[in-house]
Amino acid sequence: MRALARAITLVERRDPSVRNLEDAIRNDARVPGVTGFTGAPGTGKSTLVDSVVTLLRGQEQSVAVLATDPNSPFTGGAILGDRIRMQRHALDPKVFIRSMGARGHLGGLSLASREAIRLLGAFGFDQVILETVGVGQSELEVAAVADTTVVVLTPNLGDSVQMIKAGILEIADIFVVNKADLDGHGRAVAELRTMLNMAPKAVWKPPIIPTVATRQEGVEQLWEAILAHRRHLEKSGRAKELSERRLRDETAEVAAELARDRTRRALQEDPTLTERLLKDGTPYRTAEEILRTRTDN
Amino acid sequence: MKVRARDAKEAWREEFESSPARDDGIETSTISGIPLEPLYTSADLPRRAEEYPGQFPYTRGIHPSGYRGRLWTMRQFSGFATAEETNRRYKYLLANGQTGLSVAFDMPTLMGQDSDAPTSRGEVGHCGVAIDSLADMETLFEGIPLADITTSMTINSPAAILLCMYIAVAEEQGVPASKLGGTLQNDILKEFIAQKEFIFPPAPSMRLVVDSIEYCAKEVPKWNTISISGYHIREAGSTAAQELAFTLADGMAYVDACLERGMHIDDFASRLSFFFDAHIDFFEEIAKFRAARRIWARWMRERYGAQQERSWKLRFHTQTAGVSLTAQQPELNIARTAVEALAAVLGGTQSLHTNAMDEVLALPTDKAARLALRTQQLLAYETGVASTIDPLGGSYFVEALTDEMERQAEAYFKRIEEIGGVIPAIEVGFFQKEIADAAFRYQQELEQKRRIVVGVNEFTNADEESIEILRIDPRLESEQAERISEVRRKRDQAKCSNALDRLRRAAAGTDNLMPYILDAVRAYATEGEIMHTMVEVFGTYTETAVV
Amino acid sequence: MPTAVRPVRIVVAKVGLDGHDRGVKVVARALRDAGYEVIYTGLRQTPEMVVDAALQEDAQVIGLSIHSGAHMTLFPAVVEELKRRKATDIIVFGGGIIPDDDITALKKRGVEEIFTPGTPLQEIVDWLRKRFPESATK
Repeated sequence: MRALARAITLVERRDPSVRNLEDAIRNDARVPGVTGFTGAPGTGKSTLVDSVVTLLRGQEQSVAVLATDPNSPFTGGAILGDRIRMQRHALDPKVFIRSMGARGHLGGLSLASREAIRLLGAFGFDQVILETVGVGQSELEVAAVADTTVVVLTPNLGDSVQMIKAGILEIADIFVVNKADLDGHGRAVAELRTMLNMAPKAVWKPPIIPTVATRQEGVEQLWEAILAHRRHLEKSGRAKELSERRLRDETAEVAAELARDRTRRALQEDPTLTERLLKDGTPYRTAEEILRTRTDN
Repeated sequence: MKVRARDAKEAWREEFESSPARDDGIETSTISGIPLEPLYTSADLPRRAEEYPGQFPYTRGIHPSGYRGRLWTMRQFSGFATAEETNRRYKYLLANGQTGLSVAFDMPTLMGQDSDAPTSRGEVGHCGVAIDSLADMETLFEGIPLADITTSMTINSPAAILLCMYIAVAEEQGVPASKLGGTLQNDILKEFIAQKEFIFPPAPSMRLVVDSIEYCAKEVPKWNTISISGYHIREAGSTAAQELAFTLADGMAYVDACLERGMHIDDFASRLSFFFDAHIDFFEEIAKFRAARRIWARWMRERYGAQQERSWKLRFHTQTAGVSLTAQQPELNIARTAVEALAAVLGGTQSLHTNAMDEVLALPTDKAARLALRTQQLLAYETGVASTIDPLGGSYFVEALTDEMERQAEAYFKRIEEIGGVIPAIEVGFFQKEIADAAFRYQQELEQKRRIVVGVNEFTNADEESIEILRIDPRLESEQAERISEVRRKRDQAKCSNALDRLRRAAAGTDNLMPYILDAVRAYATEGEIMHTMVEVFGTYTETAVV
Repeated sequence: MPTAVRPVRIVVAKVGLDGHDRGVKVVARALRDAGYEVIYTGLRQTPEMVVDAALQEDAQVIGLSIHSGAHMTLFPAVVEELKRRKATDIIVFGGGIIPDDDITALKKRGVEEIFTPGTPLQEIVDWLRKRFPESATK
């Protein structure tokens, strides 16, 4: 387990040895199922993830959870607290939980999580759950990586309307209205349904699943919906399309990262180049020149 | 005359502003951050009818005779190691003039697990006495006539079980439950908010609280069924206003729950009691106590429509602030505690615990515990403060601060209501966040020396002398484990498991659980077994992390 | 590819049964503000759970808090568990109401540092900075 934990650290740091890792695990056929969970604080998202883990463990599947919390933009520090909700799986060797700060990954969260998912697959995990608080950018990055994105809402926070304003509709494959035992639950579901009906027609219509995560209620239905979405991806050819697009996107991201590093290094190592850039104020021309003339060693 | 008074005030203001101010950078706001004027005058006095003690809204006290009628109860919280050793300490305290007992349980007991549970290792008998079954409770009160004393028990998640053990011991002494007097802390909401000794989720936790209130209203009528506690909220780092507001909000949540059960307000309201912290900011604390009485009386009469006067009266116990004590120069804690105790008395407390100077290091030694009790006796008998009722009533400053406390509390009630009530606010971490913010702010003020704690961030001694502290013998753990297995060996096994089965079925239904728990206790089921039975039905709770 | 400097990761846990988390939360915030990644695992952690979390999270440091008096049992148990899992490179520090004699004994048993109530937060941060000078935390 420590080897896996260490390897994820290397991925997060974009350590050069990551390339070797890629070679080592490239031909490994195991690809875990990847489900993303996002929702505002207080929606019971971690509890829901915890109950999904319980369900999957009941099916003898091994599960890894990557939980992302925002870092402080000022200090880079973070308090990552999602493990607390998953205590009942502590000491279960088939459950691996890793907290990630949203920052501290060169190339962004999605790049790091893609690599981490590959690693987790190589280490034999059947399912990977990405969990992130739905504020800021991280939920978009999660949606870019997950096969199925679950958006968690509750009846009592008045958050459903806000979430949809924030463009969550586009990333949600499944909606969960958690805390379905609270008053106002029916109204929240109805409101959400109206909004979904107003959205442009799509092939996949996101289902709305009521759950009470604290009592493990609705979790099986949720997992059924996740599997149905996966079948839909497969059948419609969307799965293949997505995985190809992701590989292309990822390659572009890595290329951008390499180019960025090469450029920074060039400017650092070549004072005359920097001098000319500062004098002429020509970032485009300088960048093109660097990429044309310089190579990585 | 009036013109001249204003002139005088303006003249003072001018002189004040032209005199040099201290430049030590130390905050002049209260420890909770309420900004203070340098001087209060009659202009700050609220315009309201004259208030009297024993009369609504009881700002000046609930008794018309104040401490002239009866002094506060000196109730020192204690318990450690085994029931046998604690029993000896109780007899010692009673012989030294203490007027009520207050039981401190150890962590495994508080968390509803037996001393031989794996997670109890290292904890048995450390923070209080280890009680695993009725057998331990019998030892704890051996030779202490329960008809003649009142007992306070600081216990929450497993409160119903410990109360049943007490009732069962009384039965054996021939004392009927109707004669028993005392207090059960039994305040689960503040556990979710601050002290975090919860086990079940909020809903079944509240059910158990209401079960015990309902049961006692009929069977143990002299018992204070709940002590709604701000103490732990404050100790977790809240401000005085947060302590006041969150505690009273919890109180109203219990009232709502009892009403929902179908009880009548006047049948249980007078047995609700409160428990506050007496912190080091002297006047703020006095204002807090006065405001608490006034707010509660108004809510009980006006919002809940209580008819009987006794339902309007907020009675409270006070403990001096453990969090204000320092490990550095611990003798200073005697002075701190004396000031805090004085605030509690001037605030009109019904009972008081004064901390021992070494409590920040370990459980108190006999000597430290005695000094703490003597401090109260000194206040009561030497200083003369008990002679006049609410001596600070009418103080420009204290009255203005009392109003400010009330205002801040009402603002919090509004916010809690907007979130949907106390339990939803717990679930989204509202209280926890407010408290953590306040605690962090205070810590930063200390680091920047905008607040001074003598001996900690100023006036420190280069080499500290260490004082003698009480050590718990590590052998105690295995001895206590031995006692449990003896109980398990000797009891009527069938009777015990039948009682637990009945409890399990009742927990799944809606019956009041008290009679079932009492049966299990009588059959010598251990605390851990009874809790486990309920966990099977109720599940456990994990909190939302708010850091 | 250059290596990004990752913040030092610290698993912060309350071992034992008490729920007094004011101190641990204040420390967690201060460490975050000093640029560390704090993985807060919450209340009532057993030594096995703490070590397991530290391994999964690839943390360099474990910070323990306790107020119940069980520190002489539980702090060394964490150190022992690290030995058993062959992870003695992870360092352990602790905080809480801990008498002087116990501090000496705990250090002998492998706890690197103990901070008692009243310790300025900066002292804890300074200690970590000294312990991990190679990691810029900005």
